[in-house]
Amino acid sequence: MRSPLGEIEIQILWDRLLSVVEEQAQTLVRTAFSTAAREAGDISAGVFDMQGRMLAQAVTGTPGHINSMARSVVHFLDAFPAATLKPGDVLITNDPWKGTGHLFDLTVVTPVFLEGRGVALFACTTHVVDIGGLGSSVEGRQVYHEGLYIPLMHLAREGRMNDDLLNIVRANVREPVQVVGDIYALVACNEKGGQRLLDMMREYELADLEELGEQIVSRSRRAMAEVIAKLPRGSWSASMIIDGFEAPVTLAATLTIGEDRVLVDFAGSSGLSGYAINCPLCYTEAYTAFGVKAALAPWIPNNTGTLDAIVVTAPENTIVNAPHPAAVYGRSLIGHMLPDVVYGCLNQTMPGTVPAEGTSNLWNLSLVAGHGLTGTGGTGTRAFNVTTFHSGGAGARPRQDGLSATPFPSGVRNVPVEITEAITPLVVWRKEFRRGSGGPGRQRGGLGQRMEIASRDDAAFGIHARFERGVHPARGREGGGPGATGRLGLGSGAALRVKGFQRIPAGDRLIVEMPGGGGYGDPLARDPALVARDVRYGLIEPDQAAEHYGVVLHQDGTPDEPRTATLRAARAAR
Amino acid sequence: MTQTARLAVDIGGTFTDLVLQLPDRSLSAKVLTTPDAPERAVLKGTAAVLEQAGLAAADLALVIHGTTLATNALIERKGAKAALVTTEGFRDSLEIAYEHRFEQYDLYMERPEPLVSRPWRLEVPERVAADGTVLLPMDEVALTMIGETLAAGGIEALAISFLHSYQNPEHEIRAREILSRTFPASVIAISSEVCPEIREYERTSTTVANAYVLPLMESYLRRLEEGLRALGSRAPLLLIMSSGGITTVETARRFPIRLVESGPAGGAILAQLIAAQSGIDRALAFDMGGTTAKITMIDDQKPQQARHFEIARAARFVKGSGIPVRVPVIDMVEIGAGGGSIARVDPLGRITVGPDSAGSMPGPACYGRGGTLPTVTDADLVLRWIDPARFAGGHIDLHPEAAGTACRETVATPLSMSVEQAALGITEIVTETMANAARVHAVENGKETAGRTMIAFGGAAPLHAARMAQKLGIHRVLVPVGAGVGSAHGFLGAPIGYEVVRTRLVPLTAFDAVMVNALFTEMRAEAEAVVRLGAPDALLREVRSGFMRYRGQGHEVPVVLPDGPYGTDGAERLRATFETTYHGLYGRTIPGLEIEVLTWTLSLAEPKPLPARIPDPAPAEAPAPSGWRRLMDPGTGAEVEAAIHNRAALPPGARIQGPAVIVEAETSTLVPQGFQAGPNAAGHIVIERTGR
Repeated sequence: MRSPLGEIEIQILWDRLLSVVEEQAQTLVRTAFSTAAREAGDISAGVFDMQGRMLAQAVTGTPGHINSMARSVVHFLDAFPAATLKPGDVLITNDPWKGTGHLFDLTVVTPVFLEGRGVALFACTTHVVDIGGLGSSVEGRQVYHEGLYIPLMHLAREGRMNDDLLNIVRANVREPVQVVGDIYALVACNEKGGQRLLDMMREYELADLEELGEQIVSRSRRAMAEVIAKLPRGSWSASMIIDGFEAPVTLAATLTIGEDRVLVDFAGSSGLSGYAINCPLCYTEAYTAFGVKAALAPWIPNNTGTLDAIVVTAPENTIVNAPHPAAVYGRSLIGHMLPDVVYGCLNQTMPGTVPAEGTSNLWNLSLVAGHGLTGTGGTGTRAFNVTTFHSGGAGARPRQDGLSATPFPSGVRNVPVEITEAITPLVVWRKEFRRGSGGPGRQRGGLGQRMEIASRDDAAFGIHARFERGVHPARGREGGGPGATGRLGLGSGAALRVKGFQRIPAGDRLIVEMPGGGGYGDPLARDPALVARDVRYGLIEPDQAAEHYGVVLHQDGTPDEPRTATLRAARAAR
Repeated sequence: MTQTARLAVDIGGTFTDLVLQLPDRSLSAKVLTTPDAPERAVLKGTAAVLEQAGLAAADLALVIHGTTLATNALIERKGAKAALVTTEGFRDSLEIAYEHRFEQYDLYMERPEPLVSRPWRLEVPERVAADGTVLLPMDEVALTMIGETLAAGGIEALAISFLHSYQNPEHEIRAREILSRTFPASVIAISSEVCPEIREYERTSTTVANAYVLPLMESYLRRLEEGLRALGSRAPLLLIMSSGGITTVETARRFPIRLVESGPAGGAILAQLIAAQSGIDRALAFDMGGTTAKITMIDDQKPQQARHFEIARAARFVKGSGIPVRVPVIDMVEIGAGGGSIARVDPLGRITVGPDSAGSMPGPACYGRGGTLPTVTDADLVLRWIDPARFAGGHIDLHPEAAGTACRETVATPLSMSVEQAALGITEIVTETMANAARVHAVENGKETAGRTMIAFGGAAPLHAARMAQKLGIHRVLVPVGAGVGSAHGFLGAPIGYEVVRTRLVPLTAFDAVMVNALFTEMRAEAEAVVRLGAPDALLREVRSGFMRYRGQGHEVPVVLPDGPYGTDGAERLRATFETTYHGLYGRTIPGLEIEVLTWTLSLAEPKPLPARIPDPAPAEAPAPSGWRRLMDPGTGAEVEAAIHNRAALPPGARIQGPAVIVEAETSTLVPQGFQAGPNAAGHIVIERTGR
């Protein structure tokens, strides 16, 4: 044990490392090109010791990158041992199995040297606007359909950028300028992190990060172990059926609370899909770990010590452990659902702590136009390619309503409608809460959104749909009802599928109705005043007050208490 | 006789500060704020300070006023019953906000309630496209009915915000005309005037916040003007804005949202004046009070400016958890770290400090008013940095034993430390928290903290400034004279000025000099109309900036543009300016990319001469210490014997060696081991490192 002042020094250096990675992440957000990074915050950034242990990670929009990027640095070190790295070297990959789960995510790793000696590695990841192949489509059948695959390699050697690689990237993607711009942003953010780390090491006269790293990892591991030790030991299982692509998908988990670890095994989950909704294990691990940690120990910073306490396994060739060459572009469809399954397990042993199921999967709109997709006019077909980030309703919490139009477990942000309209011919005619979509419950599920979109051009446009909860809704918990299912359709009336590419004919509108979150607790126990408010605010349909909640309202909208009591008693007796 | 007396008034949460500036001297007064009718305190203080000076209200030449009234109304939700009229299909934009969880790991996060609840967000069929074309004409019949609904509903203020109104404001202007048939036009705010910028949520949020405080500010300003007139004042009343500029009552009535954070802006201006006086080109203003600390970068004697601010962030000062407003502001980072910030041990066995504060009730444990949790002030007391007998001018009795007990029970015992080590840990952590925030704030603006001079004011700053400076790579700290009424002093140095903004997306490859010149002519006219009210004859200084980016990027970089008008080389000049700025921020430019300007601003101000640099004083002999105190040195953590000096007894040019404490009525300046300190010619204490 070190002296108590050393004790405080460790805390301060730890805080400083967290601030270093925060600066690293900020640099990426501010210089990035893809909307995913700059508007939605879909990035990650972290610092690692020379053994590849993650010491600190910025709190950014994407839990999906947490474990995956943490593990990816180990793959880099296996391919390029620390001793072979030189100042000015920068490494890159988008390998879905060694990076963060699909080709769209580029991971860049930069070693940092102090007095000629390697002391740390900075890593960062962002989602680029395009990587070639089928684009933002879940209709790929193999990873070969999905675009350019960059194995672990040097992006720069001793300060010289790999122009051959950059030229190959330019030739393979639809938005070469933006993608290459993002690669520069990744390089710049690691550089910034490296400078800050060296400032800190010089100020505190540290020759290396060994002692500090050991302290951070072991303390976090100990803290997780202490949290886990207070939980009842045992195993709990839960499963959830979601829409899938060609067939419904079962996600099944068994969660075991051990002495100092939480084990989550996905045996019993469905096999692989023939489409691009398969999830590599690294991404399964990422969202599972996020879900567990948010429920058990949200206050412990993320690092190798924290993550080691959550062990995730799944049989190979299942949809949660898809091997090469399975198509994986839409792996978030599966990944985003995993915390809900984890909470199905935890709810049995820690009742009253976890939320009901939510929309969980993002309802991002990937809207496109161009030759071969929406027309055959060659360069005469006006092309655009835009993704906006949107969310349905989240699940109700044990003591709070679910958040409306809010992502969970993802933490991204939306893109303003005015920005989308300024860079495309699209017009968003409506973007509002979808009345009545929240699952009934003592605590109501969050509401989804309704959007209506058309093009100002006299031309068709297309949507790469990849949505969930179109058939199987978010279920309630402890007596709460399910949220509304999501729908996709045309203004002229026809329904569209929630997966796959579809055209919106010239002059028609795309109607998007996003799902609601599940309710929590018996709807008949909901405070009638809140039901009255929800009717007054237009958040539920007037007839849902009686139908779902057993609440009768006076003419003036206030609850009629005697008649409500009678109706609720009759309902309860049924 | 000619009036020469200038009065500055700053209404804060607890005290209303007044400074009366006369040609040969200045006087100050502090009275308790009267929250129910803030003008009462102002008028009482004005009478008091005038009497002190032996003057009458008729002798006042100018009254400059700053107030947190608008900010407090937003934080405490005590504004008007407001409604929003918006484009059909978009009434929920205000509540959907960014579709974002600002607390990634918190399953129980709640968003703040919108200022206007859903039933009072009313929709009109109308639609303007991104290029300003009308896609759907406005339904005026529907609007007339909305007017009746609002009148019947007892609505007191109204915001109108339509999509793309920054590009074409005609529908908003027409809607105001129609609604003013049933509603006073003076309480209607339209987004194309309040915040003509792209991004619908932020523009709407700003407009709604403006409407929300309109009636309150309108009536307060009227009462204040009447009150001053009744005292006999004929002086113009000017208001300080969050940008640090001052404006007329007329403008303040229409755009009260521009007055938020005017108090802290005053502090930044004070730091600016001191930077000029002391010849500091790169300064960092550090203001630490009871509940929060604020940090501002001041380069070339100009405080850093921004166009985005968040009011009423949720408890933990988390980004994205407040009400966003887009108005010109002095860019500062605010941290929940002050003398009253509470220390605890988290489940990882780490000391955390703040962001919650013990406030004044119960206050720190050492106040003896029932507080049992240790605060930064308690830690300061345990370390014997504070003399319990003279805290806050001796107005508050401190109980060192209560401070010790609190530090022991909450921090020392759980961590198996001595009480002094725990107290040192608390001060170290709070200083580190502030330093980290300063560093991230600097990087977000492409700046560094190292090598700056810190200007430290506010009750708690002089105790922690030297240690904080060490952490930021700063070697010199300045503790100004009379930092206690800093903001009001700052007001007197503020220029009359105004900033206007327009969004027009202009790729440099399609740069239309005629259009851009016309845009700036229009902006200049709008700004001048406001500035001339307060500065009818002054020669005005114009600064243009563009918020620019590479095409495809989402974040714009503010770039100070060359003076116009622009000719055929306009695009080339703008490109060169952008690349220089971008390189300065991120260390590189990106070859071959198209550059575009999204938003344009023009700020117009009377040139306000900054104080001249005061030469360094001749060395002077320091008097003998008035006493000695054993205390814990912040840098080394060792117990040392520190000299105590009275600030008033130190002549300019005198130097004393740390460890030492320089005491004065409102605060104490701690000079750690390895530092020396003494007043400069203006009386500001300069603390410098003498070695590591």
